[in-house]
Amino acid sequence: MASPSLIIEELQKQPNWFARKMRDLPVVPIAILSIILFAAIFAPLISPHDPEFMTLADRNAKPFWYDNSTGKFPLGADALGRDILSRIIYGTRISLLVSFVAIVTGVVIGGTLGMIAGYLGSHIDEFIMRLCDISLAIPYILIALVAVIIFGQSIPVLLAILAFSTWSAFARQIRGETLVLKELDYVALAKVAGASQFRILVRHIFPGVVNTIIVIATLRVGAVIMFEAILSYLGAGIPPPTPSWGSMVSDGRDYLPTAWWIAFFPGLAIFLTVTALNFLGDWLRDKLDPRLRQSV
Amino acid sequence: MLLFVIRRALYTIFSLIAATAIVFFLSRAQGDPRNVLITGYFSQEIWEAWGESMGLDKPLIVQYLIWLKNACLGDFGTSINAARPARDLIMDRIPATLQLAGVSWILSFVIGIPLGVLSAVRRASFWDYFARIFALIGQALPPFWLGLMLILIFSVQFDLFPAGTRGGPLHYVLPCITLAWTAASGNVRLMRSAMLEVLDSEFVKLARAKGAGNSRVIWKHAARNALIAPLTYSGLILAAFMAGTVVTETVFAWPGIGRLAVDSVMQTDFPVMTGVVLMLTAIYLVVAFAIDICYALIDPRIRIS
Repeated sequence: MASPSLIIEELQKQPNWFARKMRDLPVVPIAILSIILFAAIFAPLISPHDPEFMTLADRNAKPFWYDNSTGKFPLGADALGRDILSRIIYGTRISLLVSFVAIVTGVVIGGTLGMIAGYLGSHIDEFIMRLCDISLAIPYILIALVAVIIFGQSIPVLLAILAFSTWSAFARQIRGETLVLKELDYVALAKVAGASQFRILVRHIFPGVVNTIIVIATLRVGAVIMFEAILSYLGAGIPPPTPSWGSMVSDGRDYLPTAWWIAFFPGLAIFLTVTALNFLGDWLRDKLDPRLRQSV
Repeated sequence: MLLFVIRRALYTIFSLIAATAIVFFLSRAQGDPRNVLITGYFSQEIWEAWGESMGLDKPLIVQYLIWLKNACLGDFGTSINAARPARDLIMDRIPATLQLAGVSWILSFVIGIPLGVLSAVRRASFWDYFARIFALIGQALPPFWLGLMLILIFSVQFDLFPAGTRGGPLHYVLPCITLAWTAASGNVRLMRSAMLEVLDSEFVKLARAKGAGNSRVIWKHAARNALIAPLTYSGLILAAFMAGTVVTETVFAWPGIGRLAVDSVMQTDFPVMTGVVLMLTAIYLVVAFAIDICYALIDPRIRIS
């Protein structure tokens, strides 16, 4: 066994100090997410224009760095003369609302079912796991499109579909965790002490799966934001004129050759947000729950 | 083993029924489909004749069972807008989607696996960072945005690749990149972590100890064992592709089943819509079924549990 100082020296010599540093605290992702949270809360104060105000005179106005730009719109304006920066800022609200509701519902449904399946086992486990399989096989994008035709574009319907698409990820992982936890001695002791099944699940199993829930929730937020963006892009998401990043990209689709900024900046916002969330999720996983590392 | 296959087959069929039932009942939740279909002036007789010919006088569950029976016999009903059997419309479009998904699937492995191995073997090298950044970007790129940006750069600016529709090999480049990047990223990450684990195991050390060459150890001993993780993931990739074709085909005007789905929904063409959902789900489930069976053949532990 080498002395501690030797080990430290050895570590410092290794070329991956950059990787180790990054693993320590993901500063950039946290900064990006803080900015998004800030933007969502203070949207009316910081956005330079009304996100839904249209002036056709300003249609496809150029971003500020173009020579012939008026400078009125920092990131340009869309085909209806609406300020893109303001719309992106207001768009954070939709993304946060959607991901918050979908994740919380997903955790509650998926977590409960996962714990029940893992703890009770046998037929109930089988049944819940088959439900998970079915949920994985359902093409949610198409279901969402059908729902829009029938119920019209509405935020509650969208939230319900997003929640349904996300619970199975939680159920699966938490079932796996519960299978391990229920074999541990302290659970057996609780059983001997006469604790009810409900009490064992809530007081003894649940604290053990909290870390897993946090990690999966962080990783799933990105997926939910992406899913909402895809639906909005296809015209099945947030009803207009409420700004949503996905529908903003879709607005810019026809103006790609002449006004690339309409589609570019909202997409960049999605990309940065999801990257930051994935990064944070990976970091949390390594810190809180290294066993999960093998899963995507 | 036979019991395992039968059980999996039953689950597969059950999933298929569940997915189509959701769409079927959802499409009827709007009320009477005749409201959409019959426009203008019409008499009560016409209204009832339509209802009888479509079986609308029967209870909803019976209607679904009739649809299911017909679907099993290959009859999805007649398209409302195209006045052709929905099955023909769908079958016309399937080759285009399978080609797009197939090329992308291969691409995601051809790029993802070597990059993942390289990244694990040469940790903290240029290739490691390249692979990890490649994966990080790929998992966060909105597919529709990636598609539009590829069009903007390679079609609008440099005029290198065509921006849409099906055609020669060049037409495949942009849609396949759009579809494959995310999947390739998943493969890179999985292969990397699996390789790191396998490279650390006893049998790899033994292989090295008995004097096997470096590349032999990496590819023959380690990579083959690490491949199990991406293999499992390949089923999920397929699921993502089935959903992804809807987006990619819309962006690139690709005449496949995904675009047919979007079009049929927009035109409230219920027979085509339910048919497409059935086909997309069926393709996914059959492949997932096949992977499960292969898996059980490779790894006896799965058969028993």
